[in-house]
Amino acid sequence: MNAAAASKIYAIPHDLPLDSGQALSSAQIAYETYGELAPDKSNAILICHALTGDQFVASDHPITGKPGWWERMVGPGKHIDTDRYYVICANVIGSCMGSTGPASEADGGAAYAMRFPVITIRDMVRGLVALLDGLEIAELHAVVGGSMGGMQALSLAANWPERAARVLVIASTARHSAQNIAFHEVGRQAIMADPAWSDGDYYSGDASPDNGLAVARMAAHITYLSEEGLTEKFGRRLQDRDSKSFGFDADFQVESYLRYQGSGFTQRFDANSYLYITRAMDYFDLAEEHGGKLANAFEGTSARFCLVSFDTDWLYPTSESRHIVHALNAAGAKVSFVELSAPNGHDSFLLPHEQLDRVVQGFIG
Amino acid sequence: MTSPGQNLRPDLAAIAAHVRPGSRVLDIGCGDGALMAELESVSGVDARGMELNGELVERCVSRGLSVVQGDANSDLANYPDKAFDYAILSQTLQTATRPDLILDELLRVGSKAFVSFPNFAHWRTRAALMFGGRMPVTRALPVSWYETTNIHHVTVDDFRELAKAKGAKIEREWFFSGEKQIGAPASNWRAEFAVFQLSR
Repeated sequence: MNAAAASKIYAIPHDLPLDSGQALSSAQIAYETYGELAPDKSNAILICHALTGDQFVASDHPITGKPGWWERMVGPGKHIDTDRYYVICANVIGSCMGSTGPASEADGGAAYAMRFPVITIRDMVRGLVALLDGLEIAELHAVVGGSMGGMQALSLAANWPERAARVLVIASTARHSAQNIAFHEVGRQAIMADPAWSDGDYYSGDASPDNGLAVARMAAHITYLSEEGLTEKFGRRLQDRDSKSFGFDADFQVESYLRYQGSGFTQRFDANSYLYITRAMDYFDLAEEHGGKLANAFEGTSARFCLVSFDTDWLYPTSESRHIVHALNAAGAKVSFVELSAPNGHDSFLLPHEQLDRVVQGFIG
Repeated sequence: MTSPGQNLRPDLAAIAAHVRPGSRVLDIGCGDGALMAELESVSGVDARGMELNGELVERCVSRGLSVVQGDANSDLANYPDKAFDYAILSQTLQTATRPDLILDELLRVGSKAFVSFPNFAHWRTRAALMFGGRMPVTRALPVSWYETTNIHHVTVDDFRELAKAKGAKIEREWFFSGEKQIGAPASNWRAEFAVFQLSR
């Protein structure tokens, strides 16, 4: 699980204050960079990753060996062009790819486990801002994020408005809805119901709550896809058999697919990190942080914003992006917004989409 | 030398020529952003746009313009009062659910408003209806009644009446026949397109 060696590490030289009132001591951020930082440091783009994402946006994942999660978008000559821009992608705190999280060693040598403080999206961004301070980058050319990455981009824009000139938010939301929280709670309960979870203290033992984590991933994965996409991909087709087994094997292709997604996920992700990060997303409500009015979050901003939603995304539907756009309009901010058509639901932001490419490239400049 | 709007559609060129450099503009129904791009590059205007068609919005954003996909019938409500020096509604009034309410919104969010529309009382339109007995399909209104998005056809005289009823002052007006600008006399007959600059 510990991929620290694969990435650059920034040790935050101060305690990181948290929204809970606690602070994180000796925290570190694992990050990757691509391209060259200009002498005047004006060409940095921060890309924020989603719930189960990581810093390997445009390079191979050290555990799975798979290409970077947004390699089609980020790289030399690509839409976010690393020949021109210095791209930074950091693992968020609470995660498990080298940044401080529940699997990290606390004082005394044992893992934090559930002694890790509950964090928020804003706390994650505090960690990212600390990294920018460490890299001596005063203002980003752009901050970019999809899904939970979009929440971080919004949080950065609202709380550190001088740190980014452009804010690109894809398939995201300014608050978690009851439905969003409900799906996350199913995932958390699946993990905590796994006997191997052991109240979170599974790091020193032989077993880890892989079954629970796999179920959590399966439930979440359904929310990333559209009904139309699932139907097209699997329909009611059977998996490697001609007729139903009258048993509980994975008869259907869709079952087999979800099981594969679930078990693959446990190879690269820590169950406690899943609990902490989903909690942070559920706590996210940008308006609440700013006196209950979302427009207040963006008052006086001089950044340019671009929001993109997908018509089949029912996790963070277009109405959520529109809600943010209305707040930005009310705050007088420069904002672009487009709903793109795509068959694959929330996951569309990671998949090939020529219109998305043009919007990203046009907005980044 | 470039003067504002020389490559634009005539109604847009008239508007571009009368937007004060450096001002704040909201272009409602901005299409592919031709007017916005012109205003930003030639007049240093801070231009924002709204457009219903997602493909057109994507083209605007791809060229670096700030355009939101939205519906003028509902999405103007979020802009603060007098957020803009000018609110522009070109060739869109006749597609609105309630043109009178849109006009109110234009004059609320903008200190001044530009409105352009095809004049339904143009002699070609009248002739088509009078002699053809069918809903007019002309060069200014090229789409059949069942396909057109123009649900509230309007004439120059109707618009003057509406502006008056709304307490809006007509500061300037331009009339066009094809690409050519024509004078105000008998414009309700002679103009294919009209542009008004209003304030309240």
